[in-house]
Amino acid sequence: MTDQKPFIDIRHAQKSFGTLEVLKDINLQVQKGQIVAIIGPSGSGKSTLLRAINDLDPLTGGEVWLEDKRINKTLPHSQYEKHINLVRQEIGMVFQHFNLFPHLKVRENVTLAPKMLKGLSGTEANKLAEEQLEKVGMLERIDYYPSQLSGGQKQRVAIARALAMNPKVMLFDEATSALDPELVEEVNLVMKKLAQEHMTMIIVTHEMSFAEAVCDKVLFMDQGVVVEEGPPEVIFRNPKNDRTKEFLRKHLAGQNA
Amino acid sequence: MGLDFSVIPEYLDIVLWGAAWTIAITIGAAIVSFFGGIFLAVVALYASIFVRLPFRAFAFLFMGTPLLLQLFLIYFGLVQVGIDVPAFMAGVIGLGLHFAVYNSELLQTSILAVDKGQVEAARTLGLSRMQALRKVVIPQAIRDVVPPIGNNMIALLKDSALVSVIGVSELTLSAQRAIGSTYRPFEFYVLVAVIYYIINIFMEAAQRRVERRIQASK
Repeated sequence: MTDQKPFIDIRHAQKSFGTLEVLKDINLQVQKGQIVAIIGPSGSGKSTLLRAINDLDPLTGGEVWLEDKRINKTLPHSQYEKHINLVRQEIGMVFQHFNLFPHLKVRENVTLAPKMLKGLSGTEANKLAEEQLEKVGMLERIDYYPSQLSGGQKQRVAIARALAMNPKVMLFDEATSALDPELVEEVNLVMKKLAQEHMTMIIVTHEMSFAEAVCDKVLFMDQGVVVEEGPPEVIFRNPKNDRTKEFLRKHLAGQNA
Repeated sequence: MGLDFSVIPEYLDIVLWGAAWTIAITIGAAIVSFFGGIFLAVVALYASIFVRLPFRAFAFLFMGTPLLLQLFLIYFGLVQVGIDVPAFMAGVIGLGLHFAVYNSELLQTSILAVDKGQVEAARTLGLSRMQALRKVVIPQAIRDVVPPIGNNMIALLKDSALVSVIGVSELTLSAQRAIGSTYRPFEFYVLVAVIYYIINIFMEAAQRRVERRIQASK
C-alpha cells in the first residue's frame, strides 16, 4: 500500500488571507479506495483544505495532484477554467447545507450536470438518476422538489447528484453537521455503503464515532497545521499529542453533556 | 348633449383591432424587456468594465429620459442615419428596451441574492461560470422577481398607449380615430379604458398562475 503512488497528493499546501495563515505547509496523501477523516476544532482550516482539493478555495502555495494530474496548475485564465471544470467532474462534493437546486425537482438535480457535461440524452439521464437515487434510497422522491424533503433526504439527494458524475473521489464537508440528530444516521448509512464500494473519500466531520468506524486514516488539524495523523484506533484510542487529547476530551464531554 | 353609447357598435371592429395591436405590442415588448433585462443584468454584473460602461450609459439614457422621447428618437430620429424602423417595430423596441432597463435593475439585485452555495454546488459538478449562471442562478433569480416584473409588464401595457404618437393604430389611437368621426370622446375613452382594464385582468391572472407554479418549488 505505502509504496503505491498516492491517488490524491497534497504537497506543502499553504493558504493565507492577507496576513492570516489558515493552512501552513500541509501534506496529505490519499490512496485509491482510502477513506480519510479530517477532524479538528472550527477554524482549524479543515474545510479550507478540503475545498482546496477541487479549487473552490484556491491555495496560495503548494500543489494538489489527482493521480498524475496537477489540479491547481498555473494556466492563463480561460485555459485554467476549462481545465478545472474537467477536473471537478472527477471530484464529487457534498456540502453541509446540501446546496440542492431548489428550482429543480430531485430528478433534475441529479441529471443537470450529466446532461450538460456528458451529453446524456433524456432517457439515459433519467435511467442514471433512477439508479443513483435508488442507491441512496430516494427513488420514491424523484419527482419532489427539494423543499419537500427533510434535511437527511436532501443530503442523500445531494450525494446522488454528486455520484451521477461518476467521480473518482468524494469530498464531504461536514455533511451531517446541519442535520437534526435523528437524521444523521440515514446519511451515515449512505456514506458507509460508499465505503464498502471502495469509493475514495475525504471527510471533514465532527462525528468521531463515525470517523472511527469508517475511516482508514484520521488527520487532526489545529490552527492550520496537521497536529497528528494516523489510523483511527491510534488517534481516537491512544493519541500522542496533547492538543489531540485535549480536543477529543472536550469533544466527548460536549457529546455527553 | 347627453351620452350615447349606441354609436359604439359601428366602430367596435376598429377599436378591437386597436386592442389586438396593443396586445401584440405589449407581448413583443414584454419579450424584449424580459430577455433584454437578463442580458443587461448579466453584463452589468459580470462583463469587463469596457463592455459594462457603454451599457451603463445606455441604461442611464433609458432610465433618465422620457419614454415618449425615446420612441420619437427611434422612429423619427434613426431614419436620418439611414435606419428606417417601421412604427410597430419602433414601438416594440422602444418599450421593450425601456422596460428591459427596469427589469435588469430588479434582476441584478436578485442574482446577487442567490445563495453562494448554489454556484459552488454547480461549479463543483463541473459547470462553467456561464453554465452555472444560466441553469442555476438566473432561473432562481427570475423566480424571485416574478411579482415586480409582473408589475413592470402591467406598466408596460399602460405605457403602450404612447406608441399612438408614432402612428401605430393601437387601442388609444383607434379610439381617437373613432372619436374623430363621431365626436363622442367620453363614450370611446370609457370603452377603451374598460378594454385596457380587461387586458390587465388577464395579465394579472397569468402572473398569478406563474407565481403559483413557482410556489410549488419554494
